[in-house]
Amino acid sequence: MERIDQDAMYKMVRAIADVRNREIGCDDCFEQVDRFVELELAGESPGDVLPLVKEHLDRCQNCREEYEALLVAVKAMSGK
Amino acid sequence: MEERTNQEWLEDLQGPHKDQAIADLREFLIEGLGYALGNHHRENMDVLIEDFVQEALIKILDNLDTFRGDSKLTTWAQKIAVRVAFSELRRKRWEDVSIEQFVPEESGVDFTPAILTDTKPTPEEMTTRDRMVRIILQKVDQELTERQRKAIYAVILGGMPMQEVAEQMGTNRNALYKLIYDARKNLKESLLREGLTPEEMLATFKDG
Repeated sequence: MERIDQDAMYKMVRAIADVRNREIGCDDCFEQVDRFVELELAGESPGDVLPLVKEHLDRCQNCREEYEALLVAVKAMSGK
Repeated sequence: MEERTNQEWLEDLQGPHKDQAIADLREFLIEGLGYALGNHHRENMDVLIEDFVQEALIKILDNLDTFRGDSKLTTWAQKIAVRVAFSELRRKRWEDVSIEQFVPEESGVDFTPAILTDTKPTPEEMTTRDRMVRIILQKVDQELTERQRKAIYAVILGGMPMQEVAEQMGTNRNALYKLIYDARKNLKESLLREGLTPEEMLATFKDG
């Protein structure tokens, strides 16, 4: 590694500063993300109902990408 | 496609009408995955999507007994198809990138991160930020296990996907998340002992 840029270092600082006593991992997030997506599409504040999922999605880029893609797909396919 | 309740899906996918139900689900997932991958422009995407859905269907049918009904069955199935597709696409995208290139060879190497040379904050901010970056990197090098250190450099500082780093480290994404979580906790406690609070760390970097 030759370079660590500003964004990477800020990400690092956030990752350390935001660590919680309780966080869920990718498996637990995956387990619940379909419900999270449906709550979101129903306008029912999924972050309030499933706060640990919301926090994981804010933090984990892989899970967030998959969540966003799932949201697009379910929204497009609703009613079909 | 025929409208089905979750119960009807479960019965149809496992009953005498399963061929039709599987064909319906396949068609649904292929269309949905097309939307899900809208931003991914690759050659032969149609063929890839069919392959992803085929692989996903095997997982779906193998795991029907784990479906708890917390969502529509089609949403649950689409989630599995999305996971399969993104996993494969990431694997292809990152297969030639080694995590080693993001990890300094020796702990405690005295290198100057680009952040210290690229940015032009005021001299006073520079001093605080400079000090903080050095302390954090020193902690990463000296207080974490070798695996934690490697994971932090590759995922957080290098920006590689967790999935790919996990595969190269011979583990899985969930276990890697836990490894990094423990490292983040250690670093936070260690930095607190140095008198660096999370609030101070964030404030120093916020406007950078």
